[in-house]
Amino acid sequence: MSSSKCLSTNSDLYTPTKDIIMQADWVMGLIGGLLIGTAGAIFLLANGRVMGASGIIGGLVDGSGRSNARERISFLLGLILLPSLVLVAVPALAERGDTHLTSNFAVIIAAGLLVGIGTRLANGCTSGHGVCGISRLSLRGMVATVFYILAGGVTVVLFRHILGVI
Amino acid sequence: MRNLFAFLAGAVFGIGLLVSGMTDTTKVQGWLDIFGAWDPTLAFVMGGAILPMAVAWLYTRGRKPILGGSFPTPPEPRLGRNLVIGSVMFGAGWGLAGLCPGPTLASVGFGGTGNLVFIAAMIGGMVAAPPLRAKLEQAVPAE
Repeated sequence: MSSSKCLSTNSDLYTPTKDIIMQADWVMGLIGGLLIGTAGAIFLLANGRVMGASGIIGGLVDGSGRSNARERISFLLGLILLPSLVLVAVPALAERGDTHLTSNFAVIIAAGLLVGIGTRLANGCTSGHGVCGISRLSLRGMVATVFYILAGGVTVVLFRHILGVI
Repeated sequence: MRNLFAFLAGAVFGIGLLVSGMTDTTKVQGWLDIFGAWDPTLAFVMGGAILPMAVAWLYTRGRKPILGGSFPTPPEPRLGRNLVIGSVMFGAGWGLAGLCPGPTLASVGFGGTGNLVFIAAMIGGMVAAPPLRAKLEQAVPAE
């Protein structure tokens, strides 16, 4: 009895702290989002290209982007190198170093295959269809985004709450 | 010059993904998990990203890219089944691991072996996609 009272007092004490973290989360999300959009704007206005991560790497993989391979590789180098450098340089972001990815390799491989095939069939992912497509009111971008969010939601509910795999 | 700006765009994109928390798979799965502890962060990321992009698209009207060439053609109005099939497959994979192509590349340096395995599988899927698309077209012609 006394221990449960103690627990409830503790959780009361921690509520404000949790609120501050939640608030920081959406502020960080908004700042990060603005950076992502700025990156897309740079790539569009300077290079005249749509910033779609799956298309940039996919064009290198299947050879369809051979004519501008250097531009693609340069983009990918920036994308791969800078987050790690920032993580080392800014200790305040240290908690971002943990991606909390599942250790279940069967799930990882199945997910990777689905993302690889799906984004190439649909010609885009979260950055291409989501960010770059919706912002120009592209019907394809909006439809793709609705379908991948719905499929993602159903997958998480199914595999987390019903099957308990993830 | 094109390569320099491409590097810059990739760098800002990656930093944005890191800062926003989109390299954290629990935040992505938390957004998709409407029956669990729902995490709204992704909506703020999307909204924040769409704003500057929308301004950029408006600015392209009647202009040319700074480094030459031309801007992308207007979006294709036709939807097509590949868009739907592909997006459903992508969404399923996105939900399973909490990773999509941008964030998985951004976390190459700190995402561990699992992240590298995900990238390898994703590239494998990208290699398999064109023949699969042809097979699908052969088995069930679209029109």
